[in-house]
Amino acid sequence: MISANLSAIFYLVSGVLFILALRGLSSPETSRQGNFFGILGMIIAVTVTFLSTGNFSSGFVYVLIFILVGGSIGAFIAYRIPMTAMPELVAGFHSLVGLAAVFVAISAFLNPEAFNLGKPGSIKLGSLIEMSIGAAVGAITFSGSVIAFLKLQGIMSGSPITFKGQHPLNAIILISIIILIYLLCSTQSSNLFWILLAVSFLIGFLLIIPIGGADMPVVISMLNSYSGWAAAGIGFTLENTALIITGALVGSSGAILSYIMCKGMNRSFFNVILGGFGATDEKSSSSSKEQRPVKSGNADDAAFLMKNASSVIIVPGYGMAVAQAQHALREMVDTLKKNDIKVSYAIHPVAGRMPGHMNVLLAEANVPYDEVFELEEINNDFANADVAFVIGANDVTNPVAKTDPQSPIYGMPVLDVEKCKSVLFVKRSLSPGYAGIDNDLFYKENTLMLFADAKKMTEDITKNL
Amino acid sequence: MEIDPLIFRLSIFILSIFVGYYVVWSVTPSLHTPLMSVTNAISSVIIVGAIIAGLSGNSDSVFNTSSIFGFLAIALAAINIFGGFLVTQRMLAMYKKKKKEKK
Repeated sequence: MISANLSAIFYLVSGVLFILALRGLSSPETSRQGNFFGILGMIIAVTVTFLSTGNFSSGFVYVLIFILVGGSIGAFIAYRIPMTAMPELVAGFHSLVGLAAVFVAISAFLNPEAFNLGKPGSIKLGSLIEMSIGAAVGAITFSGSVIAFLKLQGIMSGSPITFKGQHPLNAIILISIIILIYLLCSTQSSNLFWILLAVSFLIGFLLIIPIGGADMPVVISMLNSYSGWAAAGIGFTLENTALIITGALVGSSGAILSYIMCKGMNRSFFNVILGGFGATDEKSSSSSKEQRPVKSGNADDAAFLMKNASSVIIVPGYGMAVAQAQHALREMVDTLKKNDIKVSYAIHPVAGRMPGHMNVLLAEANVPYDEVFELEEINNDFANADVAFVIGANDVTNPVAKTDPQSPIYGMPVLDVEKCKSVLFVKRSLSPGYAGIDNDLFYKENTLMLFADAKKMTEDITKNL
Repeated sequence: MEIDPLIFRLSIFILSIFVGYYVVWSVTPSLHTPLMSVTNAISSVIIVGAIIAGLSGNSDSVFNTSSIFGFLAIALAAINIFGGFLVTQRMLAMYKKKKKEKK
């Protein structure tokens, strides 16, 4: 058994190691070392917890067994998961953090003595507030992440589910959560605690169902943030520095990512959360769809265009992930490079279903990260490039965002693909993108549409090069 | 006049938010996915609470309602810790620079 002061210092050390873990991610070179710091911090925190309880009875064996069971499941998932499924995985993991927070809060509520929080029925007021906030946020994280997971996995439709009176209902529930926490703290009633949990699960569910598939980057980041605040709430209850520091780090990390994602779509956070973006636009787009001529080509034409280019910019999007085309794409780029063609990749902040989704897929396909550029870095280069190869992206290239104030995506930063001498657009059909609006790019003089599955088309082009 | 320890914890919390704010802004956008998976892993440090809960039973009865929730939380957090760090490791190993790629 080690003293409370000593263990508090060790918890501080692991908190600092977690900060270094995030710090390492500022560049790919230092990132692996950062991850190592994170693991070290975790080992320290767990070991110190064991030492400070000083309880090596039979319960200790069960703790190890549960760690082992959970750990092997986690390791198995980590090695088997395909990179394209990363958004689902992250959503799934968020739900587990949320549920773990709920369980710890339940445990502390039922047996406060184990945590030095007072006796059942007379838990210290401060602890009870922290505990109920942690539990409520954890429950919201859990049910929200489960819905996000189901939507990303395709088990649940990605289209927004809206109904009348949705927003007032959510507002009422949120207010009732605050009232419940207040009542719980004044009465210490365990019934209220269970009701609070149930209502929090419900609101997590209701908050995420109206949000559409392409808004998932915001949702995942937001849930990431929530899981942090839940951990921090529990950290206050347990008076544990490591947990408080980590909760704050994760909470602000998720909040920043949500902000970046919202900015990438030029939408306010509330606009995304209130949802229903895709649903309202569907009708208007189908009625206004007049037949406009498009030029479509085959792999041969595309290969010809690219062979005669001196620089090519590739714009990947979610469609590339769906078609699993990243490896085929890299093979095509290899062939282009052999012909002395300069190739770079342009990534829009909200391409894909989570922050950095495209970067991971390209990295998986062995694309060196210094060929991959963010929107601001590369946008001026489109004017000098010969060919833009748009694969699986749509709305993020739509010039209407710059020209038409009526458009729902007006003001969204887009890649200036239309400035290229020619544009190749790999797409399965002419259907509008997620925002439900036609892409003017399809009808431009210098655009060649390649109607096919992204992977198959890329392979065919490589053959023709 | 004693200062409530809560205030100290609150100070740590607020300062950590600021640290997090600056550290996360310096994360390169291409590593945002690993950032999410690693934050996932570290937020599972909640396992320390779960362990305390799991060990709360006395020597005659390891399992009571409270400790069972603790054990469940341990398993959940362990999935996240191992899964989160390993998948981050796997992703980061893929980020390579140009050149000196043998193939």
